[in-house]
Amino acid sequence: MSRVGRLRSNDDTTPWQGAYAPYDLVKELCIAIGVIAMLAILLTVLFSSPDDRPSTIAQWSRQQPVNFLAAATKELNDTSDTAEYGPPYNHNSDGQHAAFIYLQKWLGVSHPINTADDFVIDPLKTIPNDRALQSAVAEYQAAPEQTRKAWGEAYAKPLEERETALEEEKTPTKAVAADPATGTVTVQASGAGPVPMMMGSLLDLAKSGGLDGSLLTSNQFFQTDYTRPLLFMADGGLLAERAEGQHLLGEQWGMMNETGSYPGQTWLWLYTLWYQIEPFKSSENADILVMMMMGALSLAFICIPFIPGIRSLPRKIPIYRLIWKEHYRAQQSA
Amino acid sequence: MSATQTPLPSWTGRVREAAVGALPPEKLLPDSQPTYVASWIYVFGVAGIASLVVIIASGCVLALKGPAWWHYTGVGHFFNSIHLWAVELFFFAMVVHLWGKYWMAAWRGGRARVWITGAVIFLVAVPTALTGYVSQQNFDAQWISTQAKDGLNSVGVGAFFNVTNFGQMYSYHVLLLPAAVVALVVAHVLLVRRHGVVPPFALEDRTASSEVASAERGSARAVGEVPSSPTNRAPS
Repeated sequence: MSRVGRLRSNDDTTPWQGAYAPYDLVKELCIAIGVIAMLAILLTVLFSSPDDRPSTIAQWSRQQPVNFLAAATKELNDTSDTAEYGPPYNHNSDGQHAAFIYLQKWLGVSHPINTADDFVIDPLKTIPNDRALQSAVAEYQAAPEQTRKAWGEAYAKPLEERETALEEEKTPTKAVAADPATGTVTVQASGAGPVPMMMGSLLDLAKSGGLDGSLLTSNQFFQTDYTRPLLFMADGGLLAERAEGQHLLGEQWGMMNETGSYPGQTWLWLYTLWYQIEPFKSSENADILVMMMMGALSLAFICIPFIPGIRSLPRKIPIYRLIWKEHYRAQQSA
Repeated sequence: MSATQTPLPSWTGRVREAAVGALPPEKLLPDSQPTYVASWIYVFGVAGIASLVVIIASGCVLALKGPAWWHYTGVGHFFNSIHLWAVELFFFAMVVHLWGKYWMAAWRGGRARVWITGAVIFLVAVPTALTGYVSQQNFDAQWISTQAKDGLNSVGVGAFFNVTNFGQMYSYHVLLLPAAVVALVVAHVLLVRRHGVVPPFALEDRTASSEVASAERGSARAVGEVPSSPTNRAPS
């Protein structure tokens, strides 16, 4: 059989010429709406719905000031996840790809983010009446790139060492001292230039709630775009810590779940499944591979009537005998 | 000598004739169905539509009061919960309906478009729900949006569909995607009405004998129509 022949179905189903019985479609729909509405109300009364308050940068900087400083320093040094993300935020990498397909790169940078400027420098410039800080910012911006990098790395090193030690449950370095009562952090970093002053001021700004507002500010009054504060927070540890507590991490079937014991987006189970198994699980390009897999499966799902084998299974596995049990019984007894 | 000229039908007239020709009123809203439409599985299609009605009704209440209302009022939270559970029921009904239609091979007899529109409804409903989850303005919205962005960005979709942009997601969720779902459901139902509910498979061992029996019984047996003569065989 030719390829075209295999795709063509031998379907010779003809229009029904048999008996009809009274059937009130409108009544059925009205009853269904009533039943579903009552069921939804019953589930609401029994289980309500989750509504955990959102995190803020102010909350993050107060609860985890060292983690905040470590993340913010990475933003300044262009070494955070967002800084190295690539499109649609910046050109610092090509993003993910599958073989020769670079869709992320091809679609370009549509929401430009310069983490050093947008997350650190520009918010610091909004702090009024602090000449020492503005001098530090000016000094930082005037310095050659290599010097800025050296300053940033000198400041980041003890912070990262402390974060790593805490993760591995080892004794943290004494170069970073955090006072839980006041939320102040002292970082002993030699050769960090103006960076300690800048980051100290950024921490104060964050704790006051000013950074939350500053990251939403653009050239217009009304704001609905939370891309910058969300990406900044996602680079830190607070969101992930809360997510882990609610079983929302990628290895915990991720975003198909929601907070509390609610079903969440169970219809995403197949999408989430791929992230749990190899080769997707450990691939650097897991997202594009999973999306392409789901794209192919979705297309196959739509095209089931035209896929030989798949379209014939219902005839071979006689579940239809159960569905049309009454019809076949009536035929038998006729 | 004068000749009477038939005026050309107007565009409106042509549309009416095409619509009535494709779906005459008795086909659009029939008060009878083939006798084989007698199984609980048929309930899940209408349950899906009923869930969609409840989703839209509760969603309209939430939209009337604005996106933050449900966070600080008990009534708002109540309607948000109805909205959530109606969505869960919608997907449940739709998945059972889809499985049922698969095992019926409901695309037979020129009904491929019925299957295709049904499958596309499911696929469009997924981002409709996702945009709802990321528009919640709570921790779920923060976490889901920062996770979902990676998959969408990896295939370039994030360049024009930014899940961390609340304003854009809210627009998609309350207007664009629900409109697409409703339009697809209308098309799906009209196609079902046009082609009718797919007839059962003919049982291999019964095909010949039932055809003979049908011919012998004649029209007297029919409740509302002509007698049964199932010649529906399996697709390849």
